[in-house]
Amino acid sequence: MNPRLAQKIAFAVLLLATLLVVLPVLVILLIIVGKGASAISWDFLFSMPRDGMTAGGIFPAILGTLYLVLGAIIFAVPLGVMAAVYLVEYSSDNWLSRLVKLSIVNLAGVPSVVYGLFGLGIFVTFFGFGASILSGSLTLGIMILPVIITSAREALESVPRHFRTVSLSLGASRWQTIRHSVLPHALPGILTGMILGLGRVAGETAPILFTVAAFYLPRLPQSVFDQTMALPYHLYVISTQVPGIAENVRYGTALVLLTLVLLLNLAAILIRSRFRKKKKW
Amino acid sequence: MKPIRVHKLKEWFIEKSILLSGIFSVFFVMLIFLFLLREGFSLFRGESVLDFLFGKSWYPISDPPRFGILPLILGSLLVTLGAAAISVPIGIAAALYIAEIAPRRLKEILKAGIELLAAIPSVVIGFIGMITLGPWIKNLFNIPTGLTALTGSVTLAFMAMPTIVSIAEDAITAVPRQYREAATAMGATKWQTTWRIVARAARPGMLAAVMLGIGRVIGETMAVMMVTGNAAIIPRSFLQPVRTLTATIAAEMGESVQGGPHYAALFAIGIVLFVITFLINGVADLYLHRSRR
Repeated sequence: MNPRLAQKIAFAVLLLATLLVVLPVLVILLIIVGKGASAISWDFLFSMPRDGMTAGGIFPAILGTLYLVLGAIIFAVPLGVMAAVYLVEYSSDNWLSRLVKLSIVNLAGVPSVVYGLFGLGIFVTFFGFGASILSGSLTLGIMILPVIITSAREALESVPRHFRTVSLSLGASRWQTIRHSVLPHALPGILTGMILGLGRVAGETAPILFTVAAFYLPRLPQSVFDQTMALPYHLYVISTQVPGIAENVRYGTALVLLTLVLLLNLAAILIRSRFRKKKKW
Repeated sequence: MKPIRVHKLKEWFIEKSILLSGIFSVFFVMLIFLFLLREGFSLFRGESVLDFLFGKSWYPISDPPRFGILPLILGSLLVTLGAAAISVPIGIAAALYIAEIAPRRLKEILKAGIELLAAIPSVVIGFIGMITLGPWIKNLFNIPTGLTALTGSVTLAFMAMPTIVSIAEDAITAVPRQYREAATAMGATKWQTTWRIVARAARPGMLAAVMLGIGRVIGETMAVMMVTGNAAIIPRSFLQPVRTLTATIAAEMGESVQGGPHYAALFAIGIVLFVITFLINGVADLYLHRSRR
């Protein structure tokens, strides 16, 4: 075959494949917005569910998801950032740092439902926290640890070597160097990873199934030892377990969840791109 | 003299906690495995490992209960193979297009689209698959239910795409420019260069991309539970409902009695999943390191 013609055909096939990946994303978004927008109202967002969840709003689920996101971040961000500092600034290329890296890879690959089992075994049962916001947040926090460590590592590694050399040569200690000459410049990258982690926490269902999520709670949680409803679990419940729920309520719930997750991702992308433009070294 | 000592003490403390945080990831991996073992091991006092892995029937609440997970393993395998058959060729092709061919503006848009896909929660994808893809497959093949292994494969193929495309794209972009220049200088067309030189050089990275994509598919829970129909029988075709390992845990944990054999069996399935994904990710990581060298 004529190589020019072969090239044309090949490029067309590759383009087609790419569209097969990207176009369904648009279709999903359009379907959810198109069918869910009519459900969205002040009442839907800010009132309690009524009549076996067939009427009323999804406020407790939204609030519950916000609690879980907050809890997971409080736990995972300090731990993750410090782990990244260890890997980039302190460890040399020895067996320990290789073991740590391998563990992070594996933590990232553990299925989300296995995190759920782990959370059930350790936090709910062993530590006796019960099914509670605390158990759920800790489980989700461990799950997003790899996301946070990896992005914080990249952010720290992108700070040029000579920033450290100069600071050390002026007599600053190792920690002072990290604290004042490295971390401030890595902050936007760390923030990006943190927000991506938030998006992941907001959307995950399997890890919270047995550690915190409640099917239907008529009152808001009062402490970290209470169960809570959560958006992704609520969507799962009303779309598979409860018959007779209006279609636009299901799509509306999906729309709220999707909007929350995508807004978080958008924020991460914006921070990242501003940071890239500003960086001049 | 004194402030300096306090200062040093503080620094010593900070540096030790940084070291500790680094080691925490290792600790968590071991802890996960340990707790799965702790809760799941009691099953094997009454049941042999072989009966568990290769038993043909999963009737956890009959009397006596049967805990053979072969139907679940085969369910996971079938859905995963189907998803791989769809997502690997399409994903690699898309990665080649985005990395080598797409003009810069289009490339940014396509990459944003892929990131968007990665961000959609699995329960939302499962919901859409259940409501749109399910009925469509039911009508297309004229079968009693649209919630089948095939529906699961298509849904999961879609969910594996971001992993496969972005890691394969990284591998393709990392191929040294001289390779392309040399091929062009020899008179190869852009496509010949892309297919015979670049794609070949990026092979270890692509393999890692495929493995990580498959790891994602095996571990996926919510979407697969919503679209595969959940029948714990040994599957004979793509057009019948199946039940995967992950969906079994998610669906049955709520009704099992804590500390009972059913509870332990679900944790034992967790051990199986943990070991499978551990192996896949370990090997994929080896390939990634090889491709970086």
